[in-house]
Amino acid sequence: MNVLARQFDRATIIAFACILVLLCIGALAEPSFLSPKYLLQQLHVASFLGVVATGVMLVILLGHIDLSIPWTIGVGGMMATGATGFLGPELGVTLAVPFGIFCGACIGLINGLGVAYLRAPAMIFTLGMNAVAQGLMVWHTGGFAPQDRATPLMRELAVGQLVTGIPNPLLIWAVLGIATMFLLNRTSLGRKIYAIGNQERAVFLSGVDTRRVLLFCFVFSGACAAATGTLLAGWANRSYQAMGDPYLLPTIAAIILGGTNVLGGRGKYVGTVAGVILITILQSMLSVVQPQRFFADLGLDLPADTFRQVVFGVVIIAMLLLYGRQQLVR
Amino acid sequence: MSASGTNTKAMEPGDTPTNRRWRPSASQRGIMIAVTIFAVMFAVYGWKQPMGLTANIVNTASNKGALLALVAMAQTLPVLTRGLDLSVGAVFVLTNCLASSIVVGGPVMTAFGIGGVLLVGLICGTVNGVIIVYGRLQPLIVTLAMGAVYFGISLAIRPQPGGSVNFELADFMTRSTLAIPHSTLLLLLVVVGIWIPYRRSTLGRAAYAVGSNEQAAYMSGVPIDRAKVLAYALSGLLAAIGGLLLTAVTYSGAAKMAIANDYTLNSIGAVVIGGTSLFGGMGSAIGSIFGAFVMRTVGDLLIVFDINPVLQPLFVGIVLLAAVCISSLRVFRIKNKLDLYR
Repeated sequence: MNVLARQFDRATIIAFACILVLLCIGALAEPSFLSPKYLLQQLHVASFLGVVATGVMLVILLGHIDLSIPWTIGVGGMMATGATGFLGPELGVTLAVPFGIFCGACIGLINGLGVAYLRAPAMIFTLGMNAVAQGLMVWHTGGFAPQDRATPLMRELAVGQLVTGIPNPLLIWAVLGIATMFLLNRTSLGRKIYAIGNQERAVFLSGVDTRRVLLFCFVFSGACAAATGTLLAGWANRSYQAMGDPYLLPTIAAIILGGTNVLGGRGKYVGTVAGVILITILQSMLSVVQPQRFFADLGLDLPADTFRQVVFGVVIIAMLLLYGRQQLVR
Repeated sequence: MSASGTNTKAMEPGDTPTNRRWRPSASQRGIMIAVTIFAVMFAVYGWKQPMGLTANIVNTASNKGALLALVAMAQTLPVLTRGLDLSVGAVFVLTNCLASSIVVGGPVMTAFGIGGVLLVGLICGTVNGVIIVYGRLQPLIVTLAMGAVYFGISLAIRPQPGGSVNFELADFMTRSTLAIPHSTLLLLLVVVGIWIPYRRSTLGRAAYAVGSNEQAAYMSGVPIDRAKVLAYALSGLLAAIGGLLLTAVTYSGAAKMAIANDYTLNSIGAVVIGGTSLFGGMGSAIGSIFGAFVMRTVGDLLIVFDINPVLQPLFVGIVLLAAVCISSLRVFRIKNKLDLYR
C-alpha cells in the first residue's frame, strides 16, 4: 500500500482531480461526454501522446530537454512508410516499424552524443537536430516521390484491437508505461536517472559513467517519439511532413503538469499519465464545447484555433502556478 | 541549468590587471568571430552573385537580416539572465498581424498605430517576465505556453493573411539612401537608443550579474526581480519592432505558426553564433545582430550556389549544431574531469 501511495504525490492528485472536474464540466455541456465509448476513444488518442511523453520524461528527469520531438515523430512516421525505398519491397514492409523506430533512435543518439559527450546545452542542440531532421525529411520527399502509405501492420497497430475492447496503442502505452515505471523505481538505472537530475557531479563522483545514462535516455526519447510517429502514420493511414508539429507543447506540458520538475530529479510516471490524459481531454473538450459559437453570438467571429491555443497556454500557466512553483531558495 | 552552477567561462587566465596588452574579452571575441564569419560569407555571396553587390541586393539582404537581427536581439536579453524566450517568434507574428491592422491611414493614425504595436510588444514581454519572476516558473515552459497564447491572439486578429500598412512608412523603412539601407539604420538606432542605454543602466548590469550567478547577485543586493522583468519586457519591445519591420517588408500580416517557429529557432542560432553564452551572464546583443546576418546569409548562399532552397532548414540546423559544437570544444581542453559536470 505504501509503495502505491508513494507514486501519488500532490501534483498527481491535483492533476487527477482536474481530470474529474473537466469531465464533469464536459458532461454538463454534452451528456455523451461520460459514455464509455467516448472515454475509450480519448484514451486511444491519449496513448499517442503518452508514448512520446514517456521518452521525453526520462530526459526531463535528467534535467535536460528534448525539443527535437516534432520532427523525430515525423522521421519515425515517414521512414516507416518509406522503408520500402531503403530496404526493398519485401523487407521494407516487414521491417517498416523497426526501421522507423531505428531512425528515431539514431536522432536520439546524435542528441545524446552532443549533450552527454560534447556537453552542449540540450535545449539548443536538440532544437538544431529538429531543424536538421526537418531538412532531411524535406530532402527525402523532394528528391523522389516516396511511399507514404502505411503498411497493414502499422494500420493494425494503430487502430486494431488485440484484446477486444482495448485499442492497440493503449495496450502499447500500458506496456511501455509499466516497463518505464519498473525502470524508474526498481532498477539502478532509474536511481541513476533521478540522481543525475539532482546533482550530476555527485553521481559522477560515486563512480557512475553519467554520460552513458544520458546517452541512453536521449536514444530512448528518440525511439519513443519515432514509435509515436509510426503509430500516427498507421492511424492516419499515411505519413506527412508536419505530423509531429502539434506534439511539442502538449508533450512538455503533460509531463510538467504531471508534477515532474523541469530542472530534473523529481517526478513520478503516474503523474505523467495523469498529465497526458488531462491534456488530451482538455484538447477534446475545446473541440466539443466550441467556445467560438458563444463569441459568434456576440458578433465576434474568431477562428476555433484561437481558443485552442489561448486556452491551452492559459491553462498550462494556471496549473503550473497552482503547483509547479519553484521553492524560493535564498 | 541549475542556479547554483558556476560560470567558468567568464574568467580567463589572461585577464589579470598586470596584463597590460589589450586582450578582447570573451564576449568581444564572440562578436569578432561573428563579424568575421559574416564578412567572409557575404563576400562569397557578392562574388558568386552574377550582378555583383548592387545597392538593391544589399538592401534586400539588409531587410531580411534586420528582421532576424531584431528578433535575435530580443532573444539575447532573456538569455543573458540565464533564461530563454521561446515566445519571441509568436510576439513577432502577433505584432505583425496587429500592425497590418492599425498602422494605416494618415500620419497621426499611423503614429498611434506604431505606438500601439510597440506597446503591445512591451506588454507581452512584461507578462512573460512577471509570470516567470513572481510566479517562480521556468522561463522555458512559460514562454512556450505564452507563445501559444500570443499566436492564438494573432490568429484572432488575422484569421486569413492580408491587411495593409501605411505605404509611405513601409517604403521608407525598407528603402535605401545612398546605398545605405534604412533597415540597417533602424538597427543602429535600436542599438544606440535601446541596447547601449540598457547595457549601461543599473538594471542592465544587474541582468548580467543575475545571469552570471544569481545567488551572488542576490547577496550583493542586485535588484534581481526587476532586472529579469525588464529583460523580458524589452525583449517583447524588440520583437515588436521586428514585427513592425516585417509588416513594412511584406505590406501585410499573416498568422503562420511556421513563421513564428522559424524566427524563434533562428534567433537562438543567431544568439549562439553571436557569442552569447546560453548559460547567461556573457554576451552582447551586437553579436546577435551579426549572428542573425550570418544565419540569413546561409540562405542566400544556398541560392547562389544553386542548392534547393527547401533545404534551408537542414543547413540552418547544421550551422546551429556546428556553432554549439565549436563552443563545446572546450571539453577537450578541460583537465579536471569533474569540471565537466554541474
